[in-house]
Amino acid sequence: MCRLAMKTASEAFSPFSVISAMEAMQEGYDGSGLGLLLRGLEFADYNYNGKDPVLSGIAHTPEALHRLDGIMEGKGFQLKYDHEFETDRSMVEAQDRFKYILRVYKQPDAWTSFTEEKIEEELLMTRIGIRLDGETHGADLTVFSLWPDVGMIKEVGWPLEIGKAFKLNEDRVKSRICFAQGRQNTNYGINLYACHPFFIQGVCTMTNGENTAFTPIKDWLSGKGFPGYMGYQSDSEVFAHILHYVTKQLGLPLQAYKHVMTPLSNAELAVHPQGDFLLGLRQVCRRLIIDGPNAVIGSLPGETCMIAMDAKKLRPMMIGGNPGEWAAASEMCGVDAMIPVRDRANDFQPMRQHTVIIPPDRQELEIWSQFDQFPQNQAA
Amino acid sequence: MVSIRSIPSEPSSLSPNDLPWRIVHDENRCTLCGKCAAVCPVNTLKLSYMRKRMPRMVLNSSERGSNFKTFVGIRQSTDVGRRCVGCGTCSMVCPNEAIAPVHNSTDRYKFQATAGGDAAKRGGRRNDASSSLLDRIIFNRISMLTDPALDAGRHEFTYNTILGRVLPPEEYIKRKLSGEWIPPTREIFPFIIGSMSFGALSPNMWLGLLQGVAYCNEVLGIPVVMATGEGGCPPWVLKSPFLKYIILQVASGYFGWDEIIRAIPDMQCEPAAIEIKYGQGAKPGDGGLLMWFKVSKLIARLRGVPEGIDLPSPPVHQTLYSIEESVMKMIQSMSMAWNFKVPVYPKISGSTSAKAVLNNLVRNPYASALLIDGIDGGTGAAYDISLNATGHPIATNVRDCYLDLCKQGKQNEIPIFAAGGVGKNGNVVQNALALIMLGASGVHMGKFIMQSAAGCLGSEQNRCNVCNVGICPKGITSQNPKIYRRLDPDKVAERVVETFQAIQVEVKKVMAPLGRSQSLPIGMSDALGIADKDAADRLNIQYVC
Ligand code: SF4
Ligand code: SF4
Repeated sequence: MCRLAMKTASEAFSPFSVISAMEAMQEGYDGSGLGLLLRGLEFADYNYNGKDPVLSGIAHTPEALHRLDGIMEGKGFQLKYDHEFETDRSMVEAQDRFKYILRVYKQPDAWTSFTEEKIEEELLMTRIGIRLDGETHGADLTVFSLWPDVGMIKEVGWPLEIGKAFKLNEDRVKSRICFAQGRQNTNYGINLYACHPFFIQGVCTMTNGENTAFTPIKDWLSGKGFPGYMGYQSDSEVFAHILHYVTKQLGLPLQAYKHVMTPLSNAELAVHPQGDFLLGLRQVCRRLIIDGPNAVIGSLPGETCMIAMDAKKLRPMMIGGNPGEWAAASEMCGVDAMIPVRDRANDFQPMRQHTVIIPPDRQELEIWSQFDQFPQNQAA
Repeated sequence: MVSIRSIPSEPSSLSPNDLPWRIVHDENRCTLCGKCAAVCPVNTLKLSYMRKRMPRMVLNSSERGSNFKTFVGIRQSTDVGRRCVGCGTCSMVCPNEAIAPVHNSTDRYKFQATAGGDAAKRGGRRNDASSSLLDRIIFNRISMLTDPALDAGRHEFTYNTILGRVLPPEEYIKRKLSGEWIPPTREIFPFIIGSMSFGALSPNMWLGLLQGVAYCNEVLGIPVVMATGEGGCPPWVLKSPFLKYIILQVASGYFGWDEIIRAIPDMQCEPAAIEIKYGQGAKPGDGGLLMWFKVSKLIARLRGVPEGIDLPSPPVHQTLYSIEESVMKMIQSMSMAWNFKVPVYPKISGSTSAKAVLNNLVRNPYASALLIDGIDGGTGAAYDISLNATGHPIATNVRDCYLDLCKQGKQNEIPIFAAGGVGKNGNVVQNALALIMLGASGVHMGKFIMQSAAGCLGSEQNRCNVCNVGICPKGITSQNPKIYRRLDPDKVAERVVETFQAIQVEVKKVMAPLGRSQSLPIGMSDALGIADKDAADRLNIQYVC
């Protein structure tokens, strides 16, 4: 079983606080990987404009880095800032890491006339292009995300060691949202692409558990013909893609995610105010029903965060905080590590029906139950 | 040696040892009650006088050393038409366990089973005693690493399936918002009682099945549906609230459809679905055949034909030029008859061309599903050659079709149902879940339910299998009241219910260790393994040993 920790705050904070939560929960993972998502970025030595795309990944060789530069230049990206992690290599297990990439680019000039949708598509295609380039060259280039205001770090090893190796405690990079997942490797080989969080077009999730319905879900998403629905090194990657599909492709409100992943039973739908619509939704999205024990934490464009459980609530999750800062973790000690001083009366453990939404203003938790009516922007 | 002329031998003469089943009779136990001979469906048994030698110790050479005793023994007919079929009814009724059929693997009767120039026919099943592929598929992706594991006895499981066309999500939302037509769907239990006609089955069997199905739905909440087969449905059922549990079949003879169409205005509810039969796994290329023995007064009325005549359906739907056209026209007309509120789907025999039919359906917005019936499917009557050697096994057919749909991203839109040999050796849940994980949305089972609910005696060793001639020893497939009154419909209903309850238990026992409880694991091929490399490669599942 993996462990999850997430913090979101109006003031940017060091990712190390989230890593310390991972450390507190260290019985829950095996050191097979750490993944971090940083959203709402601030750099100590650079005044970052949140609209500029940020590329995260690893160039494993000088040639790979060279090819990466070629790809980015070819597309018309201009490098604005290259964050140098002062990495202590002796603390990283892997030996083939030539350069950890966290770079800010200026979007290609040619894109200024593009619609937002087109820009999102171009960013996705560029990221996939880099990934495929790495894959055709013996996996010497790994890319995690290419998106404005989003950085990702993934490495194999124990979270605290990795945090220290990357000197994340020195506050050179901070963010308003930070996700961390300490991995317990289950089904697949140790692979950087199998580390959570998973990212697609501004939508990001991390989970702990096991999605036993992975194969049919993957088969269905792959058949959709959407270029970003690929990879699938981990059974958990589909959670990000389902969230993307529901909110971006279907244009449904965030609350619908839960109805797609873990739909209500017939008896529950019979008394639901939107039962008729939801019954149909359950049928048409049947191949996206997840299974097994899972807790999902997600991040969406605009700095909204969300937390949802599997249909049987087979995974733990604790949320707590104060107006302006909230933390969620698999264990209470994780929340304590991130926000030690808080009003514990506001602590909340989501149950099977809940989706907890932390809006960008971070004033309070929106606790939404699947049994309630959800906002009707689409589902009239 | 005696002259050959004195032995009554003709080309077709057979001895008991040439027959597929030999009767073993113990005259020491026999009380001559005659029940066996009376009950034998093929009238093969004859009580006859026989004589045996009683050896005696003789010291005086003027006396003979043996005495002879006359006794009444059993002779079995060596006439091909009256050969013992191994049904075992004689041993069931014998009060003293004095008689039983024994399978004889050296049978030669088949060479002579062509009297009158017609090829051999039978009912029942394919005679394939080799181990079934579906019986060899195991479920090996046990969810061990993440706990808590599911508990089949305690947790809630969802495993119903959808029968009907399902829209792509984008299209559903669009149509829902604009109030457009959304194709009808049914949420049903994935084990369907496959099409067996009211003519093929006895009224008691049919009634028992229907009662059992109604109980499953209304009392236990298991949404079981059953299909009629060709030949219509009794009017009282058509006008009853039970119609919603029934899939009405239309086949090339259109038998029974006058009655159905006339009943539409009086229907209280819609049928579960309409099945258009284009082919059947047991006898591809043949239409249905109800032999004259079974065309009773009731059946004649239902089908709108005279009593006591053979009722063959043509091999194809006569009014149509090609399957594309047929699928389109018939699906549309049937949909229209029920105001586009009832799913309509075709049933075809397993074939290498199944994918082409499927692709046709994908493009037809009214097509609701595809049912593929594999070579192991059963039937009321067919030629041996069709039953044994014509058709396509179901597993690869379903798999190929499913993967083809996956490529197009349409696997949720047109459900594939699988039939043909599901549970033929009794492992119905293993077989069905293997097919489901290969990509089927559900299975149809006929022979299994006959065996489980009514004690059908058929087996892959060609046991019984006389369903075609109206002499079913269990009263399952006979229209003769003297025979079918043996079958108590209430008892059949009870067994139907027990069967579905047990199926439910087994489904959970497989799903729980796989970590699945939220939906039927359609296409979960990562959970399947087989100790046969070629089969594993062909089905795209794991080879395990
Ligand atoms: S087994 Fe059946 S067919 Fe054979 S003799 Fe007995 S009753 Fe007749
Ligand atoms: S018992 Fe009846 S239904 Fe079963 S094989 Fe014999 S004749 Fe056919």
